[in-house]
Amino acid sequence: MERNLMIAGFGGQGVMVMGKLLSYATCYSTDKNVTFFPSYGAEQRGGTANCYVVISDEDIGAPLGDIMDDLIVMNGPSLNKFLYKLRPGGTLYVNSSIAKDPITRDDITVVQAPVTELALELGNAKVLNVIMLGVYIGFTDVIPEDVVWETIMQQLGKKEALIPLNKQAFAKGLEIGRNARK
Amino acid sequence: MSRIFLKGCEAIAEAAVRSGCRFFAGYPITPQNEIPEYLSRRLPEVGGTFVQGESEVASVNMVYGAAQTGTRAMTSSSSCGISLKSEAISFCASARIPMVYANIARGGPGIGSIHPAQQDYMQATKASGNGGFRMMVFAPATVQEAVDMTYAAFDYAQRDRNPVLILADGVLGTIMEPVVLPELRSEQEVKALKDAQRDWALVGHNPADGRAFIKPGRWSTLDQEQACKDNEALYASWENDVQVEEYLVDDAQYIITAYGISGRIAKSAVNKLRAEGILVGLIRPKTVSPFPYGAIEQLDYSRVKAILDVEMSIPAQMVFDVKLAVKDRCPIHTCLRSGGEIMSREKIVEAVRALAQ
Repeated sequence: MERNLMIAGFGGQGVMVMGKLLSYATCYSTDKNVTFFPSYGAEQRGGTANCYVVISDEDIGAPLGDIMDDLIVMNGPSLNKFLYKLRPGGTLYVNSSIAKDPITRDDITVVQAPVTELALELGNAKVLNVIMLGVYIGFTDVIPEDVVWETIMQQLGKKEALIPLNKQAFAKGLEIGRNARK
Repeated sequence: MSRIFLKGCEAIAEAAVRSGCRFFAGYPITPQNEIPEYLSRRLPEVGGTFVQGESEVASVNMVYGAAQTGTRAMTSSSSCGISLKSEAISFCASARIPMVYANIARGGPGIGSIHPAQQDYMQATKASGNGGFRMMVFAPATVQEAVDMTYAAFDYAQRDRNPVLILADGVLGTIMEPVVLPELRSEQEVKALKDAQRDWALVGHNPADGRAFIKPGRWSTLDQEQACKDNEALYASWENDVQVEEYLVDDAQYIITAYGISGRIAKSAVNKLRAEGILVGLIRPKTVSPFPYGAIEQLDYSRVKAILDVEMSIPAQMVFDVKLAVKDRCPIHTCLRSGGEIMSREKIVEAVRALAQ
């Protein structure tokens, strides 16, 4: 069983961190194979940033693919640019706060999550990626949620003050993901 | 054995340190910057030396110098940067100096693009500089292989007193994967490895060791010819060092040949095609020099209908070695990307389907 994911957004939205958290959790807490492949141009802040995560029980071939099982888009341009990559029957997770264009495909599942607004409601715009990671885990259960949370805590390290905020953010995302699955 | 999650470039750097590398000099270029970045922090921790040189040429010549003392030494670069290093690599081969370097290849020719490619195959395997010297060239397909090959590369370099090249690409340098790292050699072991080279190395004045000379050229043409003959004998001995992955070839009607990143993508294509009932297999050279001619030569050509050579290079390069082994016994097709465009499983799958129809 192999599952591949593309995460796309603006530089600064925590796209790479989201991919790495998922990958670290898979590497350190499961016996599955995982690859993380970052892809960004010469741009810096404000440029596009995307990454690919492949999780598999077998050896992983391409660490990136033309055809994705899952696509997370954090902004409008990424929605338009990468929607075609999603396989028929695949799942789109969209930051509906800012990616507002109509979704032009009806052969996919769409999970809407206004993570920019939700992060602001929690008082810190930066946790939008942790919310979206929660959405993804809540919807897919690709790896257990407690394993992902452990990894988030480890990565926060000495920034203990941020743990309650991230806990709330992750829980919010899980709730959205689980509800969407019903 | 616990695994850790490492980026390809960092894994290569750590494997070098664990193998006993104590000197690195390099110059920045994408997509290999994480090798010098990592070693600038790591080498001082083990009493080693990191130098960011003023150029590729300066850096590789520092490695040439450091390696002459028997110190395990390394440099790295990417494609056009590797071209700049070629003069000193040739000098190392002529003077029979053990050193290791990594090419995290990008699109070419010239400056090309900063994105991953496999366009340096001929340069790596046939002519990395003037004079017709050769090297062992390892082509890892996973970060774990990059680790294992880098670790072993220093041992091969020391055994042969010859440069060894790790030929990777921008994908492998950039992806993160779980790896199990080999043991860090102790300082005593590293010292013993260095001391074992006192018979030829420049280790300072010690009457007991005799005088050492490093000769990248000879005054006498007969001496130079003899050096070439010695090199030839060394290259012939690599027959026993060939490494190749043969995957589902025993009943295969179609054989894919691919190395490095294209090799692992081709393997996933083989799995998909097998599920469709197409009898396809993969021959993946892990050493591209020495090349595994035998694996391709000994195929049963009454069964094999065609070979598909898959590379991230246009025009194809490894296909010439494949042709040498096939000897016109079946058609050879190519499936190629280049310039920084990455091979996809689907493209390979479609190419094989087209052959099978």
